[in-house]
Amino acid sequence: MPETGPDYLQIERLLTDEERSIRNVVAEFVAAEVAPSIGQHWLDGTFPIGLVAKMGELGIFGPTLPPEYGGAGISDVAYGLIMQELERGDSGLRSFASVQSALSMYAIWRFGSEVQRRRWLPKMAKGQAIGCFGLTEPDAGSDPGAMRTRARRDGSGWVLDGVKRWITNGTLADVAVVWAREEGGAILGFLVERETAGFTAKDVHTKASMRASHTSDLMLDGVKVADEARLPEAKGLGAPLACLTQARFGIACGVVGAAMDCFNEALAYTGQRTAFGHPLAGTQLVQERLVDMLSRLTAAQLTALQLGRLKEAGELRYAQVSLAKRNNTRAALEVARMGRELLGGNGITTEYRAMRHMANLETVDTYEGTYEIHTLIIGRDLTGLDAFSAPAQNSGA
Amino acid sequence: MQILVLVKQVPDTATRIKIDADGKDIQRDGLTWVLNPYDEYAVEEALLLKELHGGTVTVLTLGPAKADEALRSALAMGADEAVRVDGQPADALQAGWALAQAAKALAPDLILCGKQAVDDDQAEVGVLVAEFLNLPQVTVAVSLSVDPAAHSGQAKREVEGGVQQIAFSLPAVVTAQKGLNEPRYPSLPGIMKAKRKEITVQAADLGIAAGVELVRLTPPAPRKAGTLLKDLPGADAGRELIRLLHEDAKAI
Ligand SMILES: Cc1cc2nc3c(=O)[nH]c(=O)nc-3n(C[C@H](O)[C@H](O)[C@H](O)COP(=O)(O)OP(=O)(O)OC[C@H]3O[C@@H](n4cnc5c(N)ncnc54)[C@H](O)[C@@H]3O)c2cc1C
Ligand SMILES: Cc1cc2nc3c(=O)[nH]c(=O)nc-3n(C[C@H](O)[C@H](O)[C@H](O)COP(=O)(O)OP(=O)(O)OC[C@H]3O[C@@H](n4cnc5c(N)ncnc54)[C@H](O)[C@@H]3O)c2cc1C
Repeated sequence: MPETGPDYLQIERLLTDEERSIRNVVAEFVAAEVAPSIGQHWLDGTFPIGLVAKMGELGIFGPTLPPEYGGAGISDVAYGLIMQELERGDSGLRSFASVQSALSMYAIWRFGSEVQRRRWLPKMAKGQAIGCFGLTEPDAGSDPGAMRTRARRDGSGWVLDGVKRWITNGTLADVAVVWAREEGGAILGFLVERETAGFTAKDVHTKASMRASHTSDLMLDGVKVADEARLPEAKGLGAPLACLTQARFGIACGVVGAAMDCFNEALAYTGQRTAFGHPLAGTQLVQERLVDMLSRLTAAQLTALQLGRLKEAGELRYAQVSLAKRNNTRAALEVARMGRELLGGNGITTEYRAMRHMANLETVDTYEGTYEIHTLIIGRDLTGLDAFSAPAQNSGA
Repeated sequence: MQILVLVKQVPDTATRIKIDADGKDIQRDGLTWVLNPYDEYAVEEALLLKELHGGTVTVLTLGPAKADEALRSALAMGADEAVRVDGQPADALQAGWALAQAAKALAPDLILCGKQAVDDDQAEVGVLVAEFLNLPQVTVAVSLSVDPAAHSGQAKREVEGGVQQIAFSLPAVVTAQKGLNEPRYPSLPGIMKAKRKEITVQAADLGIAAGVELVRLTPPAPRKAGTLLKDLPGADAGRELIRLLHEDAKAI
């Protein structure tokens, strides 16, 4: 059995047998199929696409959906543990799964028609169709409501025009969930298939983070789609934001895995490496570092678990998800930075894991709502005052 | 085709084993338990044969309630039914007897099991079951095919310097060696289905006297510290290493 810890507070006891089994299977999969080659993929800037079919067979895409849509009906905590184990491998792998399950499949499940669900979800669950989620644009990231992509009525269908940027899986996707504003109206969601005329995707090749993942621009140039391609239940910005809440939950759990991997690596490394005649782990400074790492990741681990339990009870509020995404991601990033440091010169290579995790987590800290944006979401929840717009505008109002 | 797979729950080989004060058993609490790795090959082979020829795959274990977890792992891989005979055998002979009695009642066309359990490494149970049931047996198989209509099978076993090809009639007992196949991961839907599956539990028939008595368990002697060649320039270290490997270790 591969490493699934650390578990300093015996959180294991709070899991059900199925949750443990599910986590263990994914941990085995990642240890056997991902860990050996992911460093090279990261260097090469490639996603291990060959694993998608296997992940589909395992059943880790859309696993919380009911079986008739290809899901396994697993608990939210189990879903979180899957994310943890995937991200122990690499944030790029977890991003792939997040985009597939929590953004694309969830959008279709929650806002799609029955025809759309039947058409896409079982195939996507098997990994036979890949989805992407196009919300961000070159000039609208933190403020997606400012998007410029437009949907214009055209007879019984629609014409889409605009550019989406930073779209994970954009060039891999068979179907893109594209968010566009109806002229003079609300934000709507559309399912745009890969081969649709006027739709193209192009990868960003200059990333120094999240390298084992495809991140793409989507160009929509007079893309004509039928009204059947519109997600009928999606009306307004609330729809994509509801999808983001799902994905943020997975991220809050996932980053714990990256932190665990960095901690385990640093603990083993400093135990073996000698300087000044004794193991690094025998020095007070290094022990403090290790204890800081463990403390932070343990807090993140407990946060993730409680988030899952609240979600299962149907009581999870989006501001709570913001708190967890914000804290856990920053904690994981700090753990990875400390781990990187403890590995000395070796720590800057991809033969070790800390640097890769650390660089990846810089993306995770930014996407799905930056650290600051979550601060403002929680701040608004606490105070009832909206601090998003610039102070000058606030005082003018 | 009715395929029966004998499985055992064993401590994960990565966990550190401690021995009880009386030296008769290991400390069982706090260990990670897994499906015996060789049994995974047997389960996988059964599933492959079922996919090819149709039928059902039943997994059978002998052990305490905790061993249900091993059955559930096999169910999660895709086995159809699970039976546990409840009991603590005193030795392999009793285990083989109890499993043979339970197997007989199920009347399978083929019985598969791992070539050995990685806990006590006796490699006796499959053999004993075949003997008690008076069935042909092939041990340590690395390939297997069956023709259910002709009630026959073919297997290959690796032997020193070559491969043996064996033909046999069904029903038979085949024990699985690493290399027989690549066991699948249990799927998430499989795990969820396995959780709801009813496991049939029956009392073990231990109606045979144990053949041997376990006298005492002792841990292996602690390993001697390795030799470290330091303070020698590279080429000299190389020569010294070769000398040690040749003269002391007699490895080359
Ligand atoms: C690798 C990668 C993959 C991605 N995948 C996807 C995807 O699949 N789909 C998708 O739609 N998007 C995706 N994104 C986009 C991501 O969600 C955005 O990058 C993110 O929302 C930030 O937007 P931005 O880059 O435009 O930054 P900006 O919004 O320009 O923010 C820049 C900085 O300003 C801060 N800031 C912004 N507004 C305020 C404010 N009011 N007060 C204080 N500070 C503020 C931010 O916190 C940030 O630090 C991805 C991004 C990356 C890097
Ligand atoms: C890109 C690159 C270029 C380099 N170029 C050169 C070069 O041109 N010439 C050259 O000679 N070297 C060079 N180096 C080597 C560099 O100086 C060493 O990596 C550095 O001195 C750290 O040594 P180390 O990697 O062996 O880490 P270690 O000494 O193993 O340290 C690992 C960790 O333990 C900590 N640590 C060590 N001892 C203690 C202690 N007593 N108490 C508490 N903490 C401790 C360290 O701070 C570090 O966090 C280069 C390194 C890199 C990465």
